[in-house]
Amino acid sequence: MNPPRRNFLQLTSRLGALAAAWSAGLLASGWAWAATWNQAGFESKTLADVMKSLGATGAAESKEIVITAPDIAENGAVVPIAVTSRLPKTQQISIVAEKNPFPLAATFDLAGGGEGYVSARIKMGQTSDVWAVVKADGKYYVARKEVKITVGGCG
Amino acid sequence: MAEPMKIRATLQGDVADVRILMMHPMETGQRKDAKGEIIPLHFIQSVLVTHNGKPVLDTQWSQAVSRNPFLGLRIKGAKAGDKVGVTWTDNKGDKRTDEATVTPAS
Repeated sequence: MNPPRRNFLQLTSRLGALAAAWSAGLLASGWAWAATWNQAGFESKTLADVMKSLGATGAAESKEIVITAPDIAENGAVVPIAVTSRLPKTQQISIVAEKNPFPLAATFDLAGGGEGYVSARIKMGQTSDVWAVVKADGKYYVARKEVKITVGGCG
Repeated sequence: MAEPMKIRATLQGDVADVRILMMHPMETGQRKDAKGEIIPLHFIQSVLVTHNGKPVLDTQWSQAVSRNPFLGLRIKGAKAGDKVGVTWTDNKGDKRTDEATVTPAS
């Protein structure tokens, strides 16, 4: 055996392990803090996958959900969307832009004092249906509205 | 460090109409800079809104939310002088908390 060579090998393998752990830690740290952040949903690329991640597959359409959004949005980078839910015990509202690269844009969890209303501005890549997925009293309901986009806002 | 948020909370009956404007680039990870290199993802992942310290709205956002995001909500059972607190956290771990007071409708 050649002791210096043995030591060198040990040293490099340790360094390698350290580097691997460090990079894994770095990659994870961007996401790991939010235990509740619906990573599967936000990384889904189709409406069906988003629904699955929310547990809302096959949700019924409801007329008690009103989506306030422009019929035609000139600038896809700023599309104002407001969702009003008149369903009793509204617990959660999600906004999904069907044809975006990652359709799920936002999920809002309402605690006791919140009224069934949220508004936000989202980016949309192209003309598409915007879905509101509402969880009320443990059940899911959906509504949709088409928004035409003149200039896309994702690129 | 991030710039302060603009928060306005106006009372309408017993409901506070809260409007929040945050300052954030909200990069989608799909844009390229002048050199053709992709600008990395940088966006607000979560926003927590509290009413007198009690959480009322917990949001999860993706990069599809517009730059300098706007958030509007209504808080039931609010009174003038109540405190509305907002905290956002982005995917790089940056945080910002601001607070506003509910004002009566003029």
